[in-house]
Amino acid sequence: MSALAPPAPRQSAGINWRRLARALLPALSLTLVLAAIAWLNPRAISYFGFTLMLNLAVPIALATIAQMFVIAGNDLDLSIGTFVGFVCCVTATWLKDAPLVGAAMLLGCIGVYAALGALIYLRNLPSIVVTLGMSFVWQGLAILLLPKPGGKAPDWLLAIMGVKPPFIPFPILAAVAIAAVSYFGLMRTSYGAILRGSGGNAIAIDRAGWSLLKAKAGLFALTGLFGVLSGMALVGITTSADANIGNGYTLLSIAGVILGGGEFVGGRVSPIGAVIGALTLALAASPLLTFMHIPPDWQVAANGAILVIVLAARVMISQKGRE
Amino acid sequence: MIAALAKLASKPWIWSFLGAALVWLAAIAFTAGYGAGGMLTAALSLSVFTVIVGVGQMFVITLGPGNVDLSLPANIGLASAVAMKVMDGDDRMVAVGLAAALASGLCAGVANYLLIWALRIPPIIATLSASFVIQSIDISYGRGLQIKPPPGFADFTNIQILGVPLIAVLTVLFTIGAGIALHRMVYGRSVLAIGQNIRAARLAGLKVEPIRFLTYSICGMLGGLDGALLAGYFRGANVDIGGEYLLASIAVVVIGGTSVAGGKANIPGVWGGALFLVLLLTMLNTFGVSAGVRLLLTGLIIVAVITAAGGQKTTR
Repeated sequence: MSALAPPAPRQSAGINWRRLARALLPALSLTLVLAAIAWLNPRAISYFGFTLMLNLAVPIALATIAQMFVIAGNDLDLSIGTFVGFVCCVTATWLKDAPLVGAAMLLGCIGVYAALGALIYLRNLPSIVVTLGMSFVWQGLAILLLPKPGGKAPDWLLAIMGVKPPFIPFPILAAVAIAAVSYFGLMRTSYGAILRGSGGNAIAIDRAGWSLLKAKAGLFALTGLFGVLSGMALVGITTSADANIGNGYTLLSIAGVILGGGEFVGGRVSPIGAVIGALTLALAASPLLTFMHIPPDWQVAANGAILVIVLAARVMISQKGRE
Repeated sequence: MIAALAKLASKPWIWSFLGAALVWLAAIAFTAGYGAGGMLTAALSLSVFTVIVGVGQMFVITLGPGNVDLSLPANIGLASAVAMKVMDGDDRMVAVGLAAALASGLCAGVANYLLIWALRIPPIIATLSASFVIQSIDISYGRGLQIKPPPGFADFTNIQILGVPLIAVLTVLFTIGAGIALHRMVYGRSVLAIGQNIRAARLAGLKVEPIRFLTYSICGMLGGLDGALLAGYFRGANVDIGGEYLLASIAVVVIGGTSVAGGKANIPGVWGGALFLVLLLTMLNTFGVSAGVRLLLTGLIIVAVITAAGGQKTTR
């Protein structure tokens, strides 16, 4: 038996344990939030309760994954929120009335994202400013398309988002699927390693003969793709759209990536962690605070406090790791 | 002459002023010269608010990659409420109110730095978390606040000398002071050094953490001052009064030629960028375009400007 399973190298065992603790932190914070909800309101822990509480987690998780791709390339997308809003407006108008035109527009959006990535790489531009400018562009387009809240989600989208699978609530299945797809795509494929490498050590990737231009455009295109999915999922839940519907997603998505163990530099991100981070934020944002009877005035503050607590826990684990 | 022009063209801030001049010319070409001076006066007044927070944001961004203060809008909102409540419409309390607004901003800045330092988290996330808390305090503190600014203070924000707003003149003096602090004083040189290479700065014996503490505190205080002035100019405090200054403060810093990667700051560019942004909005308003088109064009022009200016060459 021992010949078949050689003992793991002892040297790395200690380091792995700390890494594990750090990697488990997002899951731990999610468990804590869930435990708090269960304690405050046991009835919420049910098929119906989860479906309700996690409903909005699906678009948030998709937006977080979108943000994760740009962060993997050492960039930041400050326009993802207004982009999600624009996609919502397109989905609720063109995609319903003229599906082909609508689909072409959404594909065009992904193309715009890829072009932005290429532009940022070729001209060596700060992504913060470019995406800041783009956030105005998406919001302007959304207001032009839908000056007043309205439109209607396509029926097939409503059907998808309203699916009631047996035993496991749909948002949980969707979150697992999102995490699995992005995990295998970015962490387990060879080109995923190139993409992460372009953020970790661009010069090395360049010298190895890979195109940094393609990597950057690819990362941005993936952001666009997941942004489109996020907007469609959001409309599937809310049934109609509003130009400002996604504005809060920019900060939520950045917070989700960081809560999930991602870092701003070095291509260090974790797709599974990002999805868990998004779920934690979605749960902590309103269900938990409502059950805790926190007055609406202080709900925003409680969000900030939760962020701080999780990050403080992370610092404590990392510090132990260093000693 | 040509050498002088070439030297001028090599200054990163020149482009923001050129851009500002271009949009102003476009606006007065549309109105056939009508209101050209008034447009400049209004633009100078409105630019002041962006310049004040822009300078604070510039020092923070210059500290290096990832340093940015996202709590400015919440900070400005809270300070505007604090200033109005302390002044309570009484001219004799203006100085006390201004001091209270500065103190409120200082608290926000100190809170930002403590989070960054204690939790060792990226400033983006630290200031974001802080802004959530500050915003809640403001919502709770400033609920239903209907206090008008003292008449003397409100007038002060509107005084003009030969068409030049007094606060614009004062702000020019302030930016000259900030320029001296940046280029001629130990503090400013330290900020630049930290932004260029924090490790090297630390090894060279610079007091890195006190400098960062000072920078976040100054940025917070400038946000507080801005909140008080805004409340005076717009005749009252309001939770959303600072809303637009998050994007504006970052945009003017970068349009003005300051490096987002840190270590390279540009004071005149902050004025150029602020005038450009304000005049751009004025121009689009003059054209009478809808809100959607205005946002769309603002965004496209920002992207076009930053593309034309190009990023800094990577130093190796």
